[in-house]
Amino acid sequence: MVQVAFFAGAIGALAGAIGVIALRNPFYSVLALVVHLVALAGLFLLLYAQFVAAAQVVVYAGAVMVLYVFVAAYVGAVEEPIWEPIPGQRFLAPLLAVALFTELSIAILGTALSGIDTEGPTVPAGFGSPEAIGTLLLERFLIVFEAASMLLLVAAVGAIVLAGRTRSDPRPDLGEEGS
Amino acid sequence: MDISWYLVLSALLFAIGAGGVLIRRSPLVILLCLELMLNAGNLALVAFARQHGDQDGQVFALIVMVVAACEVVVGLGLIVAMFRRRLPLNVDEMRDLRG
Amino acid sequence: MNATTYAWLVLAFPLAGCLVNALGWRLLPPRAAGWIGTAAIALAFVNSIAALVALQDKPASGRELTSSLWTYASAAGLDIKVGILVDPLSVFMILVVTGVSTLIHLYSISYLESDRGYARYFSYLNFFVFSMLLLVLAGNFVLLIVGWAFVGFASYALISYWYRRNTATKAGMKAFVINVIGDIGLVLAAFFIFRELGTFDYLAIFSAAPQQFTTNEGVVVAICLLMLVGAFAKSAQLPLHTWLPDAMEGPTPVSALIHAATMVTAGVYLIARMHPLFLEAPTAADISAFLGLATLIFAATVALAVTDLKRIIAYSTISQIGYMVMGVSIGAYAAGLFHLMSHAFFKALLFMAAGSVIAAMAGTQNIDRMSGFRRALPFTSGLLIVGALALAAFPGTSGFFSKDEILAFAGERGGFYWILAIGGYVGAFLTAVYAFRIVFRVVYGEPCPEARELEQGHQAHAEPQNPLTGEKEDTDVGFPGPVHNIAERARPMAIAMAILGAGALFGGYIQVPGVDHVLDTFLEPTFEDSPLSRIHVPTATAWADLGIGGALSLLGIATAYYVYRVAPQTPERLRRRAHAVYTFLVNKWYFDELYDTLVYRPVIATGRFANAVLERVVVQGIVAATVDAVRGVSVIVRGAQSGFVRAYALLLVGGFAALGLYFLIVSS
Repeated sequence: MVQVAFFAGAIGALAGAIGVIALRNPFYSVLALVVHLVALAGLFLLLYAQFVAAAQVVVYAGAVMVLYVFVAAYVGAVEEPIWEPIPGQRFLAPLLAVALFTELSIAILGTALSGIDTEGPTVPAGFGSPEAIGTLLLERFLIVFEAASMLLLVAAVGAIVLAGRTRSDPRPDLGEEGS
Repeated sequence: MDISWYLVLSALLFAIGAGGVLIRRSPLVILLCLELMLNAGNLALVAFARQHGDQDGQVFALIVMVVAACEVVVGLGLIVAMFRRRLPLNVDEMRDLRG
Repeated sequence: MNATTYAWLVLAFPLAGCLVNALGWRLLPPRAAGWIGTAAIALAFVNSIAALVALQDKPASGRELTSSLWTYASAAGLDIKVGILVDPLSVFMILVVTGVSTLIHLYSISYLESDRGYARYFSYLNFFVFSMLLLVLAGNFVLLIVGWAFVGFASYALISYWYRRNTATKAGMKAFVINVIGDIGLVLAAFFIFRELGTFDYLAIFSAAPQQFTTNEGVVVAICLLMLVGAFAKSAQLPLHTWLPDAMEGPTPVSALIHAATMVTAGVYLIARMHPLFLEAPTAADISAFLGLATLIFAATVALAVTDLKRIIAYSTISQIGYMVMGVSIGAYAAGLFHLMSHAFFKALLFMAAGSVIAAMAGTQNIDRMSGFRRALPFTSGLLIVGALALAAFPGTSGFFSKDEILAFAGERGGFYWILAIGGYVGAFLTAVYAFRIVFRVVYGEPCPEARELEQGHQAHAEPQNPLTGEKEDTDVGFPGPVHNIAERARPMAIAMAILGAGALFGGYIQVPGVDHVLDTFLEPTFEDSPLSRIHVPTATAWADLGIGGALSLLGIATAYYVYRVAPQTPERLRRRAHAVYTFLVNKWYFDELYDTLVYRPVIATGRFANAVLERVVVQGIVAATVDAVRGVSVIVRGAQSGFVRAYALLLVGGFAALGLYFLIVSS
């Protein structure tokens, strides 16, 4: 049963990933990523990480992806030219990606790390539950938690500054923009 | 399932994300591929948390999500700014670093 | 105060005079530089006399005094002090140098009166006297070389004193280059001496030399020959003599001082001072003597043919120094130095008189254009005759006693030295001929236009021009001033000439054979370690030799009288009949052309080759190739900075993959 769930999640994640890099229309890529994120949330559930899975769906797939959708809609489709200006990039990029995967796999499968080949120890009942994670966040990792909030604040301010309209910006003429 | 399965899957997703960054030209899609790589990392973290029986990995994954959100915010802001200034949304056109 | 203190003062005054003139000439009144310079040397002369008196107060065995100011270097086996040696020889030299220098400074005050570089002249002249005094007072080789080099520089500075004249600067460079050749010889000799004897100090060397060297051992002959190179370069002997005639480009007082009385005698001084070493290397001494003889005859023949007044006197100098070199090389130390002194008197006098005549001729130096100054320049003519008489060794003059004493010694020494005596007499005859060539041309005969003008009371003027090439000049700084003073009208010139005239006439009486031998006795403490100094010419032989010398002198004067007065067309006829000989003599035996071919041209060619090939092709080529290589590499490396972010990302991932591969390999 667990295997079936695993393979379902894995195939979903892989399909989403390949969709992101392969689809021409960026809007479709965004949707593929959403599928990928939801599949990943399923995998998290298999690993006894309920809170992380929920956060993944709500925050990542829910909020961050909505941002992407808005921007994709605003920006529109981008025609990517066929011709590759960098010599060798088309050939080397997949090659290097494959090489990277091979090396990582060899590293993982040949490693002497203990417990890789097992399913892991038996975990207590509340493992990965919101209470457990919350306790950790507010007790052991309090400073980290606060720092993360600061980071979010800074990012929000930065985004407003970046995307804000300056006086020299040409005013978008909504009527004449090509659809 | 053994933990190693999750780890190999994570490596595969990471490699796919890296390849995507190298191949695609639209900044939006490059950002999406970056998301792929971050999520692959998250998967690995959670798998290791399971392996150790320790929840620190999951907290780490949460924080990674926070960071990813911030980075997305800034990156999309950049894209919007580029679009506003009518710059071509093509990473190859930004060649000012040329020596 | 003792003799060494006086000696240090003798050094200090000219140096002070030089510095005051050099640094303070703007602050001083315009013509004060001349008087300051003269006063400095006069004070030095006074101190020389004081040093003489103080030295004579000591017993005869204690007349070698040393004194040093500080230790210059004391390491690695070297022990060099800034030290002087005060003994009869050095006191003699400083007396001659300061005495004649004072008179020449006095003469210069008038002679260069209108020259724009007045202060510079006196500063250089004082510096020269200081250097010469340093040279003769030096107590070790290092200080000697310092003085030697300074004198060379001073000579260069004074020859090219009129620096806007091309001929003058070229002559200065020529003199300096030949001087440096001599310096090399002297420095190498010093190195050899240090290597063999371990010291630079004179007294230590002289006492160690007889023990260390066997007679005519290779090293000591080499040392002496190297010193001869130095001496001959400085004293303008064959083959390093070519600079002296050209040095006549300098002002006449400079010719009088440096190139007649003092600097050129430095070589003679050196040989006399180093006599203990020459005693160990008789071969070198003989070479020196025979070269002196050759020089003597060569220069006398050329003096018969050249037509520039100052150059005739210059060749005469070369010839007379040949006598001195011959004398001190064969052991006639006192005689050689006696001739040095009397030559200083009459040669300086001759130059001064020539300066007066040239001034009357408005700058022309060609003897063929001069004649009949008897009535126009009575004082100058009289002293010119006095100088010529002394030069020709007329009986009773100082030149008579000094020159023939050398030849008498040569005859007395026996062996093959009689060649030197015969050659010396032949030279004496020729000397008399050319000396009176000058007199009969310039003083007697029909007055030339300039002389006639002067008799009316008006000195001739001419456009300023180079006496050698005739090209036009002006009278600004770097060229001679507009006013040319003659002795009849300028008191300082007349006084100086009169004193020298007295010295030339009566200076010989200090060493009359059989009557007195003042110099012999005075110089004995320095030379008593030489067995040659014990050779005494019997009085009768000496008088016989003097008689021969006097007869030859009179014969020479008579010949000159015949050729130049009685039958004035004789020179022209001789020139036509012996045209080849005449051309050979007038071109100074073609020495300049010889050196041009042997030395100058190959060096220039080497320089040109080095520039065109070694410099342009090899060195620049290497540099250019390196630059191009670096540029090429940088162009290649620059290709990586394409500006494409994806390319950078590719490199990033590629690097990561490579690193991973490495670690996988390493850990397996």
